[in-house]
Amino acid sequence: MNTKRRSFIKNSAAAGAFGVAVSAGLITPRAVMAAWPKAAFAATDVDAAITGAFGSSATTESADIALKAPEIAENGAVVPITVTSKIAGTESISLLISKNPTPLTATFKMGEGAEGFVSTRVKMSKTSDLVVVVKANGKLYSAKKEVKVTIGGCGG
Amino acid sequence: MAKSIKVRAKVKGGTTVVKALISHAMETGLRKNKKTGKKFPAHFIQEVTCSHNGKDVLTADWGTAISKNPYLSFKFKGAKSGDTLKMSWVDNKGESDSVEAKIK
Amino acid sequence: MKKVAVIVSALCMLIAPLAGIAANPDQDLKNFRKHFTEKFSSVPLQDFTNGVYSVDKASREQWEAFEDFPPYEIFVDKGNVLFNKAFKNGKTYASCFPKAKKGIKQNYPFFDKKRGEVVTLELAINECRKKNGEKPLKYKKGKMAHLSAYIAYKSRGHKGNVKITSTPESMAWYDRGKKHFYAKRGQLNMSCADCHYYNAGNKIRADILSPALGHTSHFPVYRNKWSLASASGDGMGTLHRRYGGCNKQVRAKPFKAQSKEYRSLEYFHTFMSNGLTMNGPGIRK
Repeated sequence: MNTKRRSFIKNSAAAGAFGVAVSAGLITPRAVMAAWPKAAFAATDVDAAITGAFGSSATTESADIALKAPEIAENGAVVPITVTSKIAGTESISLLISKNPTPLTATFKMGEGAEGFVSTRVKMSKTSDLVVVVKANGKLYSAKKEVKVTIGGCGG
Repeated sequence: MAKSIKVRAKVKGGTTVVKALISHAMETGLRKNKKTGKKFPAHFIQEVTCSHNGKDVLTADWGTAISKNPYLSFKFKGAKSGDTLKMSWVDNKGESDSVEAKIK
Repeated sequence: MKKVAVIVSALCMLIAPLAGIAANPDQDLKNFRKHFTEKFSSVPLQDFTNGVYSVDKASREQWEAFEDFPPYEIFVDKGNVLFNKAFKNGKTYASCFPKAKKGIKQNYPFFDKKRGEVVTLELAINECRKKNGEKPLKYKKGKMAHLSAYIAYKSRGHKGNVKITSTPESMAWYDRGKKHFYAKRGQLNMSCADCHYYNAGNKIRADILSPALGHTSHFPVYRNKWSLASASGDGMGTLHRRYGGCNKQVRAKPFKAQSKEYRSLEYFHTFMSNGLTMNGPGIRK
């Protein structure tokens, strides 16, 4: 009884502080709605990362996902990547790099009016598969491409 | 203090193309300091939000493998020239920044 | 040690006629340019300002993706703030660079007759600071590279216009630079020319070597490699920072930034790209 009361007080105090933080604009309301998926980002293999992010690692390969990435990365620390999903109702696009220490790199969630398109630059520790997972209508679709990362001579 | 976010947004044929560049170290926590042998602590953006007319058009969760000085581009429908776009980020240390840009 | 010096100088004398080390800068420029335009006959002259990306399609695509929103813009902005911020005495850099509107970078480096030495843009920036009672900046990166990046950005579109005044003194600087370019050095016994003249476009391990023509037009550069090594992600560096890196890579002891040796090299190197359009700062791997 006592412990329950304590945790109740603790929680309400925390909620109070949080409310203040939100109203002061210190924290966006989003932080309340969807926290950063720590477990998925900490996962050390692709399947575990997908499961961590979506609850299941079962994906269907889709030709409607176009993945633009270099064959050979000029510098593995900055690899330009563009993903276009033509799957109707694309809700999110996730990027995973299979041989990075923690493969999950990013999840982009499409809001109102957003197209299934995203472009960014990522770090790749070595030659690796770049895996894209698209969530649409509650289902998971995927595509992948190998990007080679070489050890440079002078420039690298 | 200069803003850490640079945004360019342009409407063409009903679609707004947003391009952003953020000044951030994006430390993985795995890189070693050659002088001390110790690892630089992880310091990276975790959440990016972009909204138009008070509605989120894109939100993103990032890990440590987004490159230093991150670049992000996306597209959305429903905005017109002159509208305001708001973009913000929060990192793992709780630091944050936000910027507003006019859509061209 | 003396023996080595003798051999080296003997070598230089051997190389000299081959490389055409006769003191005729205009003829040198013609030959230099011809070498590249013939070697890469499909590359338009002005495209050499894009460095290795003028001769390698695969890496060019990645570079174009970076250029879509290049990270050097962050540092051009910082340079802009520094350039326009008043010194303690109320003046700004504009007082030292009065013709800023017509571009600055394309006229550097130049031979200052009164002083009898080559003045680079970075040297002029520090001299401007000194004149106004400010402490000098370090030459390879940081604020100096930001200022240089801003000036380069504002000078875009202007054609390289380095003047070689043919006095014995200025020719000595030119010749020293030319010699540095063609002379083999370091444990790997390689010259600047070995990589960036004779073997431009070829591979060294996994990298493709950039042509020396157009090198100087896009400096300073933001290198992803330098950005990675910096705690803040600041990848900007000056030409002399890169010279030092190149010398180290052939396992030679680098000279100091703004040393007589590197200023001479910059004088020769930049003159060889006269007529090419300023497009700095650049982004490189």
